[in-house]
Amino acid sequence: MSTTLSPVAYDAKIEGNVIFTKVDAAINWMRSNSLWPMPMGLACCAIELMAASSSRFDISRFGAEVMRFSPRQADVMIVAGTVTYKMALAVKRIWDQMPEPKWCIAMGACASSGGMYRSYAVLQGIDHLIPVDVYVSGCPPRPEALLDGLMKLQKKIMTEHSLADQKRELLESI
Amino acid sequence: MTISQQLTDAFPGAVLKTDTFRDETTLTVKSSALRDICLHLKDKASFNYLIDISSVDHFGDEPRYEVVYELYSMSRAIHLRLKATVSEDACEIATVADLWPTADWHEREVYDMMGIRFLNHPDLRRILMWEGYPYHPLRKDFPLEGKHSDTPGVAFSDPAPLAGGPFVTVPTDGTTQVREPRARHAGDLAPREKFLAEP
Repeated sequence: MSTTLSPVAYDAKIEGNVIFTKVDAAINWMRSNSLWPMPMGLACCAIELMAASSSRFDISRFGAEVMRFSPRQADVMIVAGTVTYKMALAVKRIWDQMPEPKWCIAMGACASSGGMYRSYAVLQGIDHLIPVDVYVSGCPPRPEALLDGLMKLQKKIMTEHSLADQKRELLESI
Repeated sequence: MTISQQLTDAFPGAVLKTDTFRDETTLTVKSSALRDICLHLKDKASFNYLIDISSVDHFGDEPRYEVVYELYSMSRAIHLRLKATVSEDACEIATVADLWPTADWHEREVYDMMGIRFLNHPDLRRILMWEGYPYHPLRKDFPLEGKHSDTPGVAFSDPAPLAGGPFVTVPTDGTTQVREPRARHAGDLAPREKFLAEP
């Protein structure tokens, strides 16, 4: 098949309306600015999570205000609170129900490491069960700290190149 | 006539000990007579409110366990504490859940945490830990960090790392700051007999 390709010429009419970018960059930009959280509120951290989503701190400035209580509609699980062994497999099950791509924020000392609960009843960090992308320190962390963690997660998402990996052969052939 | 006298008359030999401390009466009773005494106290002595049931592990002593009942009379506004010992071999005592319905969950908690079974309890399941957990965590010989367990599909547990962590009590006659320092490290010196700031 032979086609005559005209060289890309400068056209003042479409300047400002067309952006050239990579598919991955575009997808990452869309994903990172529309993170739907699954609020896994288990203890007092959940109160700070609620504060982060209400007017004073306003998590919607970062596009993550759509708290979904169904895991099937969520992108990021925010584990906010003490994960007891009795609750641990329920958290894992909800995580498994979330569709890919998905991320996890361990909010606060308990979810990150068990915190002050060094005891027989408490899982010593949710990363024993599910992969954690961002750990937020604090007991409980202030809403600003959670927002900082969210921005760190956004930065991390911007570095992903899943599509490039998936379609490497296809992209190389064209 | 005091309650202990009433009970001594009604149940000869069942009341083993009577303590009075700051107007609180504590009766140590035979565990075999506990249910009859409770029935008597509820019907004849108007103790219509069971505040709490707790249990104590006297590890190393025999009988090992002690079950404590806190009773209150709404009409007479008086408290009464009953204690009954439970041996490690038998490890069971009669239920009072049919006398005071609130005893149902209290007895489930004692069963869950201390492993004392309550005979004829209507629904003796664990209440805090999950079904299938093999231990009773408030027993003195159970370590704070826990033990490994696995109930497939329900829960698992592993020992928690305690090295350097706060809130771990060591037996000593020192103050709280000696027993539970903010941080403790492996290889620390043995706790002092007395806290430095004490005279």
